[in-house]
Formats: sequence, structure tokens, C-alpha cells
Amino acid sequence: MYQYNERDQTLVEERAHQFRGQTERYLTGELGADEFRALRLMNGLYVQTHAPMLRVAIPYGLLSSKQVRMLAHIARKYDKNYCHFTTRQNVQYNWPAIESVPDILADLATVQMHAIQTSGNCLRNTTSDHLAGICTDEIEDPRPYCEIIRQWTTLHPEFAYLPRKFKIAVSGAEHDRAAVQLHDIGVYLVKNDAGDIGFRVLAGGGLGRTPIIGQTVKPFLEKRYLLSYLEAILRVYNLLGRRDNLYKARIKILVKETGLETFTAMVENEWLRIRDTMLLSDERIAEIKAHFTPPAYDVHAAADPTFEQQLSNNPAFATWVKRNTEIHKTPGYRAAYISLKAPDSPPGDISDAQLDAIADLADQYSFGEIRTTHRQNLLLADIRQSDLYPVWQTLTRLKLATPNIGTVTDMICCPGLDFCSLANAGSIGIAREINATLDDLDYIHDIGDIKINMSGCMNGCAHQSVGHIGILGVDKKGDEWYQITLGGSSENQAAIGERLGPAVAKHEITPAIVDILAVYVEKRLDDEPFLNTVHRIGLEPFREKVYATH
Amino acid sequence: MPLIKNKALSDNSWTFVADENPLPHGDISVSLQRWQAEKDAVLQHDGHHGVRLSPADSVDALANDLDKLDLIELDFPLFKDGRCFSQARLLRDKYHYQGEIRAVGRFLTDQVFYLHRVGFNAFELDSARDVDLALAALNDFSVRYQASSQ
Ligand code: SF4
Repeated sequence: MYQYNERDQTLVEERAHQFRGQTERYLTGELGADEFRALRLMNGLYVQTHAPMLRVAIPYGLLSSKQVRMLAHIARKYDKNYCHFTTRQNVQYNWPAIESVPDILADLATVQMHAIQTSGNCLRNTTSDHLAGICTDEIEDPRPYCEIIRQWTTLHPEFAYLPRKFKIAVSGAEHDRAAVQLHDIGVYLVKNDAGDIGFRVLAGGGLGRTPIIGQTVKPFLEKRYLLSYLEAILRVYNLLGRRDNLYKARIKILVKETGLETFTAMVENEWLRIRDTMLLSDERIAEIKAHFTPPAYDVHAAADPTFEQQLSNNPAFATWVKRNTEIHKTPGYRAAYISLKAPDSPPGDISDAQLDAIADLADQYSFGEIRTTHRQNLLLADIRQSDLYPVWQTLTRLKLATPNIGTVTDMICCPGLDFCSLANAGSIGIAREINATLDDLDYIHDIGDIKINMSGCMNGCAHQSVGHIGILGVDKKGDEWYQITLGGSSENQAAIGERLGPAVAKHEITPAIVDILAVYVEKRLDDEPFLNTVHRIGLEPFREKVYATH
Repeated sequence: MPLIKNKALSDNSWTFVADENPLPHGDISVSLQRWQAEKDAVLQHDGHHGVRLSPADSVDALANDLDKLDLIELDFPLFKDGRCFSQARLLRDKYHYQGEIRAVGRFLTDQVFYLHRVGFNAFELDSARDVDLALAALNDFSVRYQASSQ
């Protein structure tokens, strides 16, 4: 993974130092609350319902074991012994004291980490495919380009006060696992007819109140123009994006109101002017790529027969391998998910002890690296298949081996009413209730791949509008109600889910989900996935069942 | 109000003249609207000439006039209005404007490092107390990742 050079290190240290001064001025009353708010947000610090919340950046989801140990240390020293992984591959602490945040940032800087631009109306952490570099369907590894974009976005002087937050995702695989089309800018690595690899650039996607799927502004962009194209889009947006209405300030609204053609023409105009002044050279790309070379894989890994024996001897292990591991492009290797969706634990949460143990596992079995996923789980990307058994045993002991990746109980869920001051309704409690109700693993595995996303309010942090089943908390005269959508997707055929009907009360939401699953199981043809069934039969059968009983 | 120019405390010879007021003697700046409506009268005036832009004004409107202007003031109605950053960048990089670009209005001393990087070389501060803060903040970072105006 990318290792900081002197410049990177100096930058995070100077940033931590700068924020220490700003915090001191705020605490002595020299700096006003409104001013400090903007500055602290750009350092990841929110003020939530109970306490401040600090969001730490995990660039495109890559962590070293040393960094994971630091996350554990911070959870222990400054928080309540746990932290929370987010849908943008970052990590959050829910209970730090404002006064201690400068110390946390200084600690993070010692392991090449920071909280720069993890919130606020600025360029946010760039996200990517958690299977980058190891999957079998990759055109090119996206991580070097993510790193190039990370550096370009970090402390970009012109785009620190945008109309609204701005998120970029990059995918290099045929199968989109990074929700690229739902980002302000989405970038796909593509091959053109001449066989050259470049980028397809999308703009104007986004979730939140008005979910919109991004549209292509550049079908094929040569690699050397990556940063000039991003800069052109950002400049047009910074100058013309709406600043009069918070809910209309994202770039998706600018693209929609201007029209794709006019918007693209403005971007192209600016890009043609600047593109030769900021070329990305082959040497620069090669220099960054050198940080992402494959680890020293064991060439005999596939020849070891113990894996097959363990699979046939231990059905629980076999189930876990089937559900929680991924095929690897290197023979004899697999990637293993660490499920942060145990039935009794809030989705995405993890303790300091678990983090330390995972760091040890990564050192022992996976080249010292850990990845975070967009669906709030972790991944050990490079495990020899014969090592999967001890990894599974350890994860089982740590309660991190629930074999539910990709299933109904692998829900994406925002902090909701428990932590977030904007929430209309609880989400963690509902996730727990659904989990408790669907406690039959065979049934869960029979239902198969299905994505349930649940957000506590319209801001949609858990991407409910693109969940196969989306659940949105709404407020009805002070009570918690839930709006259900079906048919959403954040993958290649991205789609916004359709409303099933009126919102249901809190005690009705879990039965409604159970009903929806029952209709699917009854109506599906053979191995038909959930989304296909929804498309084939429409919403009516689901509607009938869910609302008949109420 | 104290002025920092080219990273040092500096005298201010300029007066911004509101649209309804007559032009006084000395160096003056006027709004874009007044500049466009009364350009000849302003140019016949005895001092140097400048224009003050709001964030919504397009810098392209000054494209043909930049050689007549010694000062362009970019006015922050709110510190969060990031359009001024792109305006400065365009003045420097698209139009190669060499004169003074001055931040006025409600920007923060915490922003001067970025402002300087996008092309501002002068900052009109609220109070004497801000001078040391702003001078220090101009050196917040010794490293940078991106190309910019400065
Ligand atoms: S979706 Fe709403 S309730 Fe949930 S974390 Fe986001 S803002 Fe808070």
C-alpha cells in the first residue's frame, strides 16, 4: 500500500498543528462557533446528539496492521473502547472530547493517518473497490489513481469551500462494487476500441434527499488528463453550484438544472484551457503504481490439500468459506470478510480488542493489510486457502465470523437516533430486531444475496434508496415510522428503489421485511435473484402482502 | 482596517466608493456594475482604478479591462462562499492578471493560506488583532500537493 514520503508526513503533522491552534482559539472564545464549525468539520469533527464525533479517513479503504492498532489505541484512550466503520470506508469515533481531538490527530499522524476533509463542504475521501488488485474481473487496479486523486484533493486550496460536500469513487473492475454511479464524480477504468486504458467519467450522481444516478460526461479520458478533468468539473461546480439552498447545492442539481449537454460543454471548455498545464505523466503514474505491487504470494499455495480436507470435515467452516470469502486472482488464495454484522452488535461497530486481534491476524496471514468495505465490513485480502481454517477459528472466537456477507442480515445501517442529531427514527434497534427475527441461518442462506440498507433520515447516509430493500426512518408527529422501497441498486445497473406504499409504524417494520422475503421466496423462479424477481413481478404482490395484514 | 500585502503589513491607499457616492480623490475601487456603467468617468478620475467583485460576478466581464485596473477586490459576503477562490484563480491563470488581488469582507484569517495559493496577495483585515494571526497562517503549511497560482 501507499507509504508516506517526507512531504506527506510533513503535511499531516502541520495539519494537526494547525488544528490544535484553531481548537485552542475556539476554547478560549477567540474563534466563533460558526467559524470553528467549518474548520473542525474539515478535520472530521462533528458535534452529535451526545458528544462530538470524529471521522477518520481511510483512503480508499486500505489499512496496515499498524494503523489498525492505532485505531484500537484511540478507541481505548479517547473513546469508549469501540469505533464504527462507515459506508465510505472511513471510521468514526462517537465519544471523543473536543479538547482531546488535537491529540488524536497527532497520534494518527504518527501512523500516516488523518481526518482531513472527512466532513464539511469539501472534497471528501475517495472510495474504491474493496477487491481492487485481487479480483478476477479487473481492467486495471484503481488504487494508484485513487492515491493520485487523494493527493490532489488533500488541502486543495481552491475547492475547500464548495457549495456542498463532494465525493469521488473509482472502480477498475467490470462489476461495480464501489457504487460509482452514486457519486458526485464517478470514475471507471475502461478500455477503448484501440485497446488503450483510460477513464469513463460520470458526474452528478448522489444519494441523500434527491437520489440521482450519475451521467457520463466523458466516455473516454486519457490517463494524463485525469486531474485536469476533475479540476475543470470542480471549478464549474464551485462557481455555479447553488449556494442559496442547502438541499439544492450538490452537483447533481447543477447538472440537472443546467442540462447534461450544457454542463458538459462548460466543463470541456475549461478543461481544454487547462489540460496541458497539469498533465499526469507516465513517470508519475509508474511511481505511484510501485506502491501497489502484489505481495510475495506463495506459488505453491494451490497445491496444499489441507483446505479441501477442512472443508469436508467441518460444515460450519465450509459455510463460512462459501458466504464470507471471495475468489482471488492468485491460485491458492482467497480474500476473507470480517463480518461486522453479528446479530447482537450494531452494524459496523468493532471493539479495541477485536481491532488488535485483527491486526495480529493480518500480520500472520495477510501481509499485514486490512481493507474496509463500502458495506461496513472488513476484509483480509490475501489469505492462503490452507490458512483460512485458523483464520476462521480466530474470527469465530472474536465473534467476527457470522456467515452472513451479502445476505439479509448484512445490513448497511446509519447510526440513527442513537447517535445522530438529525435522525427521525432509530436504525440500530431495527437492525437488531430484524436480525433476531431472521435467526435461521439456513433460511438466510436460502434467500441468498440481498441488500438491505437503512437510514434514520432523508440524508440517506446508509444509501437506503439504492438498497434492494430500502428502509427510511420518518417522523410522524414525534413517532418513528419507516418508509420501504424496493428494487434499488448501486451496482452496474444502478437504480433508485421504488416506494412500496405508506410508511409503517415501528412495530410493523420487521414483520413487513419478513413478508417481503416470504413473497420473494414464494415467487422466485429457481435461483432468480431478488432484484430480478422484483423487476419481473412488480411491486404489487409485495404491497398486497405487506399492507393486507395492517 | 489593517492591510497585509505581499506577506507584510502595508499602508492602504485605496477607497471603495459605494455606487451612490461621488468619486473622491485618490485611488478608488468601484463595483462591477458602476465600472460597466461609468467606465469613462472612472478612468478620467485622478487616482488609480480598481473594481470590487461579488462572488456572483463573472471575472470574464473584466477580460478586456484588466490592463486598466491596478486592484481587484474580491468581496466575501460569508467566509463559506468559495466562489472567490475560483475567481482569483481565473484572474491569475486564465487572464494572467498581475495587479493586486485583495480579499475584503468576511473571510477568516484561517483561510489566508489557501487564499494566497489561489492568487490573492492582499488581505484587508478586521482588526489589528488579526494581523499576527494572518501573517502566521500564511505559513501554515510548508508543503503542497497541487499546482495552483502560487
Ligand atoms: S441518515 Fe440521517 S439519521 Fe442516519 S446518520 Fe445520516 S443524517 Fe444521521
